[in-house]
Amino acid sequence: MTALLEVTGLTAGYGAAPVLHDLDLSIEQGQIVAVMGANGAGKTTLLRTLSGLVKPTKGEVRLDGADLRATKVEQMVRRGVAHVPEGRGVVTELTVDENLRLGGLWRSDKADARKALDEVYELFEPLARRKRHPGHQLSGGERQMLAVGRALIGRPRLMLLDEPSLGLAPRVIAQIMTLLSDLRNRSGMTVLLVEQNVRSALSIADIGVVMSLGRIVTRNDAATLRTDDELRHAYLGF
Amino acid sequence: MDRFIFLTFDGLSRGAVYAAFALSLVLIWRAARIVNFAQGAMAVATAYAGYSVANATGSYWLGFAVALVGGLVLGAGVERVVMRFVDHSSPLNGVVVALGLVLVIQAVLGMIYGNEFRPAGAPFDRDAFVVGGIALLSRFDLFVFGAVFAVVALLVLLFTRTAVGLRMRAAAFAPDVSRLLGVNVGGMLTLGWALAAAVGSLAGMLVIPTELGLHPNAMDVVFVSAFTAAVVGGLDSAVGAVVGGVVVGLLLSYVSGYLGATVAPIAVLVLLLVVLLGRPGGLFGSVKARVA
Repeated sequence: MTALLEVTGLTAGYGAAPVLHDLDLSIEQGQIVAVMGANGAGKTTLLRTLSGLVKPTKGEVRLDGADLRATKVEQMVRRGVAHVPEGRGVVTELTVDENLRLGGLWRSDKADARKALDEVYELFEPLARRKRHPGHQLSGGERQMLAVGRALIGRPRLMLLDEPSLGLAPRVIAQIMTLLSDLRNRSGMTVLLVEQNVRSALSIADIGVVMSLGRIVTRNDAATLRTDDELRHAYLGF
Repeated sequence: MDRFIFLTFDGLSRGAVYAAFALSLVLIWRAARIVNFAQGAMAVATAYAGYSVANATGSYWLGFAVALVGGLVLGAGVERVVMRFVDHSSPLNGVVVALGLVLVIQAVLGMIYGNEFRPAGAPFDRDAFVVGGIALLSRFDLFVFGAVFAVVALLVLLFTRTAVGLRMRAAAFAPDVSRLLGVNVGGMLTLGWALAAAVGSLAGMLVIPTELGLHPNAMDVVFVSAFTAAVVGGLDSAVGAVVGGVVVGLLLSYVSGYLGATVAPIAVLVLLLVVLLGRPGGLFGSVKARVA
């Protein structure tokens, strides 16, 4: 398999202080990669740098061989990168339908954007029932569905998901994880999943990456990380 | 009773202009979280341009169009050249820059056109129709109502029925998320300023013929009333701006008519105080929206 995303020597941060230090990461097409680590490890900064919200001071980010460093944030969706930020990024003042349509406004193929919208309503039945409701009236699980659904309308090649399980009940977390796995199996979409909920993340991931203080300290098959007691204790603390 | 009916119609006519001007303040507040204290001065500048063209060509409507287009251009220019570079970490920075703009625009207008009042004609007769012995509305008042109604309707359509409107709302509420969804947030901000300034220019063209005429400070008092209207309505609410404008217009008309024109400014401040004490977010807004 060829790498969809290739990160080399990435250094990035806020102001003068770098958060990510000389980071390398390679993700193949169709993989689910779980990025784990304690608070402050740099997981969110990694996603923000990949989607262009944070500009790297050093290193390269390539998607399908194309350098993304000069790509503006608003151009990233056109390159096939969807970023569902921490806190879900639902525009709470807009209705469910407006939030979803917003995800496809950039697309020139309007017919396919409409088709994708219908597919999202089929996939997330609770959203179809609450089309006209403003985002602030949704539950945490519904907001997560909305954020993921909105990203799907752009038919992304790479989805960056930041803490999708945050604040959700275990049953809802399991549903979200199953959904991500199904989506990958169905569409071949690549997923980079940042999670503190290690067990849930590893349950669907192909690869597990552990970060600490802005560096990747280990990268292994998710199955190995799940079953190897020594690795788990050393890097994941359980 | 006759007097009350007359004052009511007069108040509605004034209120329509305040509503339009308040709407222009709300548009910028929603887009950029800045109260644009320069809006009045910008409206006067475009009115000067409009009347200059009208006087040179003999066509009021050409001048009217120049004022509105001038508003669009000036609004976009102010955002791109000035406001974009203001450090928004403190809300006061934008206010201070806007106040500085007021001084610059008024000084430049004074240098070009002088500081005396210049006549500003109206496109329609300002003599009110008399029905049953009561003076009600003039043709110009009807024009004011029509113009303000058209602007409100167009803005409602823009924001609720078009992709650009959806982008503008999203960019105002959640800029980072909008950028991740492919929205050109900077472009939407510029458009917001342009539209707001054009609406402000319209308000200027509607109110200046009813006052003493063109003057660099011609919109100062109108700004205070319209700002009150916007705050009374809730700074985040377009509907609130319209309702607030009508409330302020009626209040000014009744107070001027029954108690005298000198009491009117105090009445506006009392209204502002009462609403802010009773409902800090305004009639249609929320506290969260105003302090955001």
